Order: sequence, then structure tokens, then C-alpha cells
Amino acid sequence: MLKRTPLYDLHLQLGAKMVPFAGFKMPIQYTSIVEEHRWVRQHAGLFDVSHMGEIRIEGDAALEFVSYITCNDPSRLRPYQVQYSALLNEHGGIVDDLLVYRLPNAFLLVVNAANIDKDFGWIQRHAPRFGVTVQNLSDEVGEIALQGPKSEQVLQPWVPVDLGGLSYYEAMETSVAGLPVLLSRTGYTGEDGFEIYASPPIIKKIASLLLENPWVRPIGLGARDTLRLEMGYPLYGNDLNEDITPLEAGLRWIVKMEKPDFIGKLALMELKKTGVQRKRIGFKTPNRRVIPRKGMALFSNGQEVGFVTSGNYSPMLNTGIGMGYIQPHEVKHPLTLEFRGKLIPVEQVSFPFYPSGTVRSKKPKSSH
Amino acid sequence: MKVPENLKYTKEHEWAKVEGDVAIVGITDFAQDQLSDIVYVELPEVGAKVRQGEPFGTVEAVKAVSDLYSPVTGEVIEVNQKLADQPELVNQDPYGEGWMIKVKLQDPSEVERLMSAEEYKKLIEEES
Repeated sequence: MLKRTPLYDLHLQLGAKMVPFAGFKMPIQYTSIVEEHRWVRQHAGLFDVSHMGEIRIEGDAALEFVSYITCNDPSRLRPYQVQYSALLNEHGGIVDDLLVYRLPNAFLLVVNAANIDKDFGWIQRHAPRFGVTVQNLSDEVGEIALQGPKSEQVLQPWVPVDLGGLSYYEAMETSVAGLPVLLSRTGYTGEDGFEIYASPPIIKKIASLLLENPWVRPIGLGARDTLRLEMGYPLYGNDLNEDITPLEAGLRWIVKMEKPDFIGKLALMELKKTGVQRKRIGFKTPNRRVIPRKGMALFSNGQEVGFVTSGNYSPMLNTGIGMGYIQPHEVKHPLTLEFRGKLIPVEQVSFPFYPSGTVRSKKPKSSH
Repeated sequence: MKVPENLKYTKEHEWAKVEGDVAIVGITDFAQDQLSDIVYVELPEVGAKVRQGEPFGTVEAVKAVSDLYSPVTGEVIEVNQKLADQPELVNQDPYGEGWMIKVKLQDPSEVERLMSAEEYKKLIEEES
């Protein structure tokens, strides 16, 4: 039985095409993925991300505990700062990537929908010796994202504070149209924007209100995927999994080896000594006729050296873009993509593929 | 969803417009709507042979890649060159400017095996 988010009826009213995703019935698109993608880059889009999971951790040792189960360093966060991080297993493989919110008396972990049960089980298993309380709030919390250069202008009239004072990767408890929410300046599109957490009825109310603004259109999971891909953001299940470490995934910046101890630390120390066997890279195809897809092989000098983990058409670059893993000594070397029985030369490029996203103009205050 | 009365249909959502011993072939409104955002259409060259029920090309949309199945058997006598640069024509006008190939029919009687508009309407009602 597929779960429905608080916005299910609204999606149907808006004419969405609904698909199963991570156990939920979710809108993949309302009009066209490419149109929705461009709208977010130019104006503002509203995403239903209520399928994401929320896990709350409380207790005297909450900081020590979160520091032990994640690879980034939550002690660097002041209250209401947010951090991109990951849960690792003992081999350094990524159990999930997530956002860590530091609240005055708790931590909130926002995790991928497909991993909610796995993460909650994993976190609970390690909790007893820290004496912390772990709660899975995923069914009680709705979430929407408002993303795009016009997001601040759209949201400002509904909140009692100056949004100019909220920096990238900062959060606040405030209200939208008088209704209590947790609001953060975060997102998964590369554009300026916000994520809003609240109870399901409140999320429903706020989504309807924001959609009344002519600059705001509803955006489906299809465009969410092409938007994140253009930024080079990895997607769990495609580009990240339990056999891939952050060192291979280009996420070294979220690993704080100087922390006293965390799950996976020993394995990563070892891997740093021996060197990684593969690295995540990005590449562009010569034209829109060549669209890379998950599972396609990458070659160098006639040898298979890697594989594609995500690929699609880039609406902003009007060509095929992809990411994948290759042997480390092939980084920056000429690569070819096996595409319908032929080897097509592709150009390795650094992330993001699309460098003009407005998120870059908002400097984070924290050092992550 | 438009299903013109004067066309014949396959269960894989292609249409054929038969005029004498020539058929014009494309994909249906339902198919383009399901695929959405077509970014590339790969078609055979003039002179190629196609067979009823077998793949003759692919259509690549943002969401997925799909094979195209020929409604008829015969030789390709014309290919819609516009689709090379404007694949979106298939989304915008699937029965008109978004046509794909013209085929000289080897056996015009095999058209009888295709679905009528009425039958095809039933099929898409079941699938949607």
C-alpha cells in the first residue's frame, strides 16, 4: 500500500502525473519536466518533499551521539544551523546522506524517504549506550521546498521576520501566515530557496497559499532530479550506497577525521593510506542526442574504467550530462561513453555542470 | 487524449495513416503525453526495411528511453528530418508535424491487423 503525503489531493487537483516513489505516491510532473525545471531556475517552484524522513534525537549526550553516528562535525553548529552529513557503516560506506539541524535542545536529522526505516533502526541500535531518545517523526511532519530566485520575494509577505537575515544553511522557528513552522534556507536545486517543516494540515495550508502567487508553480520529482543533477548533487540509491565511501563520492569535505571517534573512521583512515579505487566524476556529452543513463559503461583507451550512476538531458546546457565512478588515475583523461553499441567521446567537467544557480550568491556563514 | 478516427493503431501506441500503398507512421497523443519532454528521436534511414511489430527506432525522453514499433512492413521512403533538431514536435503535434516515417507497404492487407480508433481508445482507458 503506497503512502500519501498531506498534499496528495492537491496534486490530483493540479493535474499531476502520480508515480510510486520510495513507498509513496508522488507527483513526477504537472506539465513538463523541462518546463518545470526552467521555471525553478527563473522564478520559484513548490516541491512536495513530505516523503522525506525526520528523526529527532534528544538527551544530555545528543551532541556526542550525533557526532558518533555522522561523519561531519555537529559540534561546529550553533543552534539553528544546518549541516550536510552522512551516516556511515563500519566499512566507511554510506548508510544515508542527510541534513543535521541543531535545535536548542535536540537534533533533527532529515533523511531520504527510501531509507527511513533502515536509518531509524541503525540509529536506535547505537543509541542505548548514549542514553538518548530517538523518535521517528516522519509520519507527523510534512515538508515543502520553495526553490528559485524569487523564493524570498514570494515567502517574505507571509513571515514576521526579515528573511534577508536568514543565511544559507540556517534555520529558524517562525510562522508562515500565522502557522508555526521550522524554516531553513536549504534545498536540492542549486537555486536560492527554503524548506518548510510543519504538521500535515499546516503544510497543506501553506502550499495552497504559496501556489496562489503567480510566480510559483508546482514542481514534480522529475525536475527535482534534473535540477540536482545539473548541480552535481549525488542522489542516494544512484550515486551513493553502502559500498561507496564519502572519499570516493567527492564528499571528503563532510568527513571530519580529527573528531575523536565516529562509525567508519577506522575504515576511512585505512582507505586514505591505501588510496581509493574509484572516484565520482561528471561529464558532458557532445550533444543532446547522447543522453547518458544509469548503468552505461565508461571507457578509456578501449578499456572499461567505470560506469554511469546518474545521467539525463540538461535543460540549461541543452546536452547530455552524467556522473559516475571511474578509476582514480583516469580522472581528467579522455573518456568515452558506451552508447547504443558505440563509444562516444565525452568531456570530463567539474561540478556543478550549471554554475549560475542563485544559491551561490548566498554565502553560508557556517563552515559546514 | 486525441484519437483520430481515420488512423490505425498498435498496442505499443504507434499510429499509421494509410493512403494507397503508403503509410505515414508516428506515436499517439497518449504516448507522447506519457513520455513527455522528448529530447531525441532515432529513426531509420530512407531505404531501410521495417517489419510489423518490430522496433524501427527509439525515442528518448527526459524520463526514459522507449523503442518504436512499426505498425507495418515495408521500405522507408521518407523520414521526418525536422525531428533531428525539433524532437519536441512529437509532443506538440503527434499526428501532424511530429510524424516519423513514411513506409511503402509490402502487403497492404496487414493493416487489417491494426486496431481501430475505437479499440485503441479502450486500450488507453485501461492503461491510464
